[in-house]
Amino acid sequence: MVVKCEEVWREISNYLDGDVSPDLRAAIDEHVRGCKHCTAVLDGTRNVVQLYGDERMLEVPLGFSHRLHRRLEGNMPGNRRSFVGWMVAAAAGVVLAGRFEAARSSSIRHPELVSEHAQPGAGVPPDMIVLVSSDGKTFHVAGCPFIHDKAHVRSLVAREAEREGYVPCVRCLKKYLS
Amino acid sequence: MALAASSVWRWGEMPEKAIALEDEVRDENALIQRIREGERERFYELIQPYERRMYAAAFALLRNQADAEDVAQEAALKALKNIGQFRAEARFSTWLIQITVNEARMWRRKGHAYIMEPIAIREDEEGNYTPRDFADWREIPSETLERHEVRQKLAEALASLGQIYREVFVLRDMQQLSIEETAKALGISTASVKTRLLRARLMLRDLLAPGLGGSWSSRLSFEKGTKPW
Repeated sequence: MVVKCEEVWREISNYLDGDVSPDLRAAIDEHVRGCKHCTAVLDGTRNVVQLYGDERMLEVPLGFSHRLHRRLEGNMPGNRRSFVGWMVAAAAGVVLAGRFEAARSSSIRHPELVSEHAQPGAGVPPDMIVLVSSDGKTFHVAGCPFIHDKAHVRSLVAREAEREGYVPCVRCLKKYLS
Repeated sequence: MALAASSVWRWGEMPEKAIALEDEVRDENALIQRIREGERERFYELIQPYERRMYAAAFALLRNQADAEDVAQEAALKALKNIGQFRAEARFSTWLIQITVNEARMWRRKGHAYIMEPIAIREDEEGNYTPRDFADWREIPSETLERHEVRQKLAEALASLGQIYREVFVLRDMQQLSIEETAKALGISTASVKTRLLRARLMLRDLLAPGLGGSWSSRLSFEKGTKPW
């Protein structure tokens, strides 16, 4: 089987998806070997698929996850609290705030770090949404390619991540490391 | 696509990957069942792995960050409300993306989004697409994507495609849906998906190859000896 350039271009997408017959694949391979133009088109199209298929192309605005969860939380059926419920929540908030302030004034120290080699960050915005994985030692911004075990990540605010002993990623949060 | 791929692996070839995938689907179905039974707060856990995909699907159609975020939120609320209608024969992620696409289309129809569609590219699907440029563009190292300006160029090229090409490309090549899943999500035939996908890929290559294969690459800094072109 012999194919022309036009036929290669017409089938290039199916070729990359493995959706052509063995005969047609062999014919395209043979044609591309001797055709500079079709080699360029095939290489370039393959690059397009690979680059756009990278997870880093799925960027979201900072705080997106936090806002989405807050919106969902506001629409959960059980979240329409009674007046008594709100009073209890408010009282708990006051107690927690008092304990937090007391703890802060008594000693300013870093929590026990997950890794003894890790360096704590400085100036990380406390409410910034970050990601951690259960087996990692660092926290990241969404989209960072250096997240361990992406299947088990959870999002939380930087303040909580630091409290749990995580430290900023040396790549995506480099500016907060001294 | 991942599920479809799992059905064609040969015996003895990476079985652990297929088993892990099956476990993952089983866990997800169990979680969906618990949410249906009343543990609504666990819905966060269910959609968390797909949040970025939902946003990306909405952004691909609307090309506006604020609109895309609103639509992703609306889609998540709709999914929560209709979780009882989800049928396990489809993947949950596909169902979620389908809801997001429908929400984005409704958003456009209601006139929330003011969108200028590119006029440079004709939206008809008749005729074959002939590449306009034969710039040589060999392998791109994945590190290239760490450069913000490269991601920006890729995003601009994608945004310049007509909507019918952009949505097929995003669902198939960025969301990794299968041809059939893409067709179902968009309500078009698999033949249309294939035609639009081919044109989208070739148009993007035409838009990017002269830059990434040539003039932009000379401005990108690579470690000595690693520049691939």
